[in-house]
Amino acid sequence: MDLQKFVAKRSNWTIPYALFLAFFVVLPLILIGVYAFRNTEGSFTLQNFTRFFTQSEALNTFIYSVGIALITTLLCILFGYPAAYILSNAELTRGRTLILLFILPMWINVLMRSLATVALFDFMHLKLGEGALIFGLCYDFLPFMIYPIYNTIQKIDKSYIEAAQDLGATRLQVFLKVIWPLSIPGIVSGIMMVFLPTISTFAISEILTLNNKRLFGSIIQDNMMMSDTMNYGAALSLIMLIIIAVTSFATRTQNDNDLNDGGLI
Amino acid sequence: MMKKILAKSYLYLLLLVLYAPIAIIILFSFTNSKSIGDWRGFSLDLYANMFTGQAAHSTTIARAVVNTLVIAVAAAAISTLLGTIAAVGIFNMRNRNLRQAIQFTNNIPMINPDIITGISLFLLFVSIGISGGYITVTLAHVAFCTPYVVLNVMPRLARMNPNIYEAALDLGATPMTAFRKVIIPEIKPGMVSGFLLSFTLSIDDFAVTLFTKGSNGLETLSTYIYADARKGGLTPELRCLAAVIFLTVLVLLLVFNRRSNRLAKQ
Amino acid sequence: MSLSPKPISGEDCTRRAPDIPLADKRKSNDKAYIIEIDHVSKWFGEKQVLDDVSLFIRKGEFVTILGPSGCGKTTLLRILAGFNMPTDGRVLMNGSDITDVPPFERPMNTVFQRYALFPHLNVYENIAFGLKLKKEDEDSIDRQVRRVLKIVGLTDYEERDVDSLSGGQQQRVAIARAIINRPQVLLLDEPLAALDLKMRKDMQMELKQMHKDLGITFIYVTHDQEEALTLSDTIVVMNKGRIQQIGRPTDIYNEPVNPFVADFIGDSNILNGIMVEDHKVLFMYHEFECVDEGFQPNEHVDVVLRPEDIYIMARNANAMINGKVSACIFKGVHYEMTVVTDRGYELIIQDYNMFEVGQEVSLIIKPSDIHVMHRERFSNTVKAVLKDSTHVEMLGGIFECEPQEDIEAGTDVTVNFGFDDVELMDYSDEGAATGTVSFILYKGNHYHLTVTSDSGEDIFVNTSEVWDDGDMVGIKILPQAVKISKA
Repeated sequence: MDLQKFVAKRSNWTIPYALFLAFFVVLPLILIGVYAFRNTEGSFTLQNFTRFFTQSEALNTFIYSVGIALITTLLCILFGYPAAYILSNAELTRGRTLILLFILPMWINVLMRSLATVALFDFMHLKLGEGALIFGLCYDFLPFMIYPIYNTIQKIDKSYIEAAQDLGATRLQVFLKVIWPLSIPGIVSGIMMVFLPTISTFAISEILTLNNKRLFGSIIQDNMMMSDTMNYGAALSLIMLIIIAVTSFATRTQNDNDLNDGGLI
Repeated sequence: MMKKILAKSYLYLLLLVLYAPIAIIILFSFTNSKSIGDWRGFSLDLYANMFTGQAAHSTTIARAVVNTLVIAVAAAAISTLLGTIAAVGIFNMRNRNLRQAIQFTNNIPMINPDIITGISLFLLFVSIGISGGYITVTLAHVAFCTPYVVLNVMPRLARMNPNIYEAALDLGATPMTAFRKVIIPEIKPGMVSGFLLSFTLSIDDFAVTLFTKGSNGLETLSTYIYADARKGGLTPELRCLAAVIFLTVLVLLLVFNRRSNRLAKQ
Repeated sequence: MSLSPKPISGEDCTRRAPDIPLADKRKSNDKAYIIEIDHVSKWFGEKQVLDDVSLFIRKGEFVTILGPSGCGKTTLLRILAGFNMPTDGRVLMNGSDITDVPPFERPMNTVFQRYALFPHLNVYENIAFGLKLKKEDEDSIDRQVRRVLKIVGLTDYEERDVDSLSGGQQQRVAIARAIINRPQVLLLDEPLAALDLKMRKDMQMELKQMHKDLGITFIYVTHDQEEALTLSDTIVVMNKGRIQQIGRPTDIYNEPVNPFVADFIGDSNILNGIMVEDHKVLFMYHEFECVDEGFQPNEHVDVVLRPEDIYIMARNANAMINGKVSACIFKGVHYEMTVVTDRGYELIIQDYNMFEVGQEVSLIIKPSDIHVMHRERFSNTVKAVLKDSTHVEMLGGIFECEPQEDIEAGTDVTVNFGFDDVELMDYSDEGAATGTVSFILYKGNHYHLTVTSDSGEDIFVNTSEVWDDGDMVGIKILPQAVKISKA
């Protein structure tokens, strides 16, 4: 029977998922493009983009978001790298309990974590605002920086370290000449997992700044939620999408696994 | 020695900062006060309110919890089925370009920020005129969960001795029987990991759900929290919910970790 | 408490090793030695991997440490390099103690097993790594990199990515990266293990040439006996954390000190024999003339016959031994035949002439081709505790014994039993204790097995049953065979 033959060929098993991906991943992304170049009447226009570059609110928010995301990413590297480095030292962290404690917050709802930050600031009688926003973002995204770096350092073949020592490198030199350069793929993964989501967050900034400071994600969401600005929202999404594509392409040299490892346990 | 102590203290300090907010929320879930920082003695009133429906919004909370779980189970089950079949297919694809294309597409939902996934699916459902509800949310969750199932099953397939499937055929098994009796047992750990991961991701999701839930009043936990936060702050009962979620995640993660440790030992 | 009592075999070896007439086993003149390994032991947790190893290495020598996997050879090399610290003992270089010197301050360099080339650096940067750390000036580094690349035959490979190189090329880069630092000693940890056979043969020749040209000391670790015989000035044979024999390749091959060495190096027939008097040894029910002397009259010995040293011919009335060919395999240059003698011994024989299976043959062995070795042991001796008058605890189990009148329960005792008194059981739960077959020696008409009990002690068993290395066995000893004496 033909169907049986079809099923017996196991590469055909990809077909249902391929169709699913086409319909629920590729097509929706194309739709963002389609909507972005249309006005509310459905005819072609570039207006949505000119609006972004001429209307100061969206552009300013975008630049502000990039700034906040940069600060957050830098702080995450600054605090996360030493933590990842220490965690990867098996002598200090017997078992996986410690690393588990560090990645546990990744699995708690991001809103819940933001509310927790609010609770902390309330408790310490600190004002919400920009400071709370940066603290909250670091708090939210630090595990996403630590984990890929930890993973990369941990996978470094110990014989590289021994080889460097054998060739005369002191502990500091081993770190600077071997461990640091070899851990850069982890840092790149970490940046991908912190920088992009930070630009695009929307709920976190609203909660942590009592709606005073808005990030790019909030602007996208506001426009998306109203049918008369939906096309503009789509254009903003497309800009976001382009940034993602460019960043992913720039970091393509490292293999996909590094990227994928990031979110997994 | 000194270095070790310094290194360890750094880790514990960081953990303290990471967990302080959660600890405070949990602490103040055990007192009946309107705002955090205002300790009015130990009480289980908030829990009682939440579970017995005393508070005005407790039924909404309960419904949100049920919705979240129903969607998570459905999405995880569908993702596991779809992802496993897909992984076997992809693994057996000979056409390199096609295979890479599929794998590339499979990575997109994992790289995309939630908001983009949410918006793109929102536009899809708007375009084909489906109004949001259980089905759209579940489909959306399947879209971003399945890649993780594929990713968990593929390594198990790669580790498998490729001859055992052929050995089964050689001993008279039909392809389907061989798949059921030989391949499934080998990749089962990957499938279970994929299911658990999908389940957790689904519960955790906020952005995608928000964009695909439609306007018919469907709320999950995260969208409920968001709506509540927008109305101006943390409803006291939510602290209990946070405590419960934290414990659930903790347990899930411990189970997951024990599994992967055990698998690693094998 | 002794966690792993010394195997009986070992004590003999360390005593004997220093008696070998070679310069390397005992210190005679401080200046002659570049490396001195002085009573080094190493424990990893409760597992002892090196047991009182002493080794003296002369400047410029090519020394190979040879042994099966897990014998401790790599650990010994890592102690030399400074990656591991010995639990006991010292390491000296040029007469000064370097036991506590960190690896980066030792004037030695290592070629790692899987090369450990830095993946983020290209060939040039890998090789220049050590000199750059020493802050030598760029021009000089440049010159030296080119020089060593020429030595290893990789001129013009400077800019290549190390991942793009073949195994053999990576190997050369690894060597270049080490020798550019002009180490006094080059340590090589199974450097050829990952290469294919042809490549390995070529690299062996090149290594030997490099050793000659550079004039530095090479310490080379391998499990490949052929490689060791080809390359070395001196071979150090190790097993179970102990040095078994130190000697020139020819000595090791022709004059093995014990059955382990005889079996590990080349093919051999190892048989039980009795040294009747000097130059006269009895084995296979025949008294042979030999060249060995210095044994006790009627001492029980092990006899080694190399397969190529036994002359095989058609049935002949004057022959010493008669037999029948039971198997014959063509090995390319020679034939390898199995001959069963009329008295039931099985011998491996290599000859250029073929004798068919079933053919009646005669064998002749020349006196100089018979190698006689002292027997390392005649029975098993283990430490034990008397539980009650009829039970003794040893080897991690409780064994029955004949009633003991004059020894109190709870005392430490020494138990003695013969090789033939032990019965090995298929199912571990059938014996009084359990163990793993860890070494198999075929002695012509029976097997002499080393069984390592789960408590970590070695016992020796004669059996005609066939077991495999690594088999789990139950250990059973007849009560009347268990001989107990106070410790």
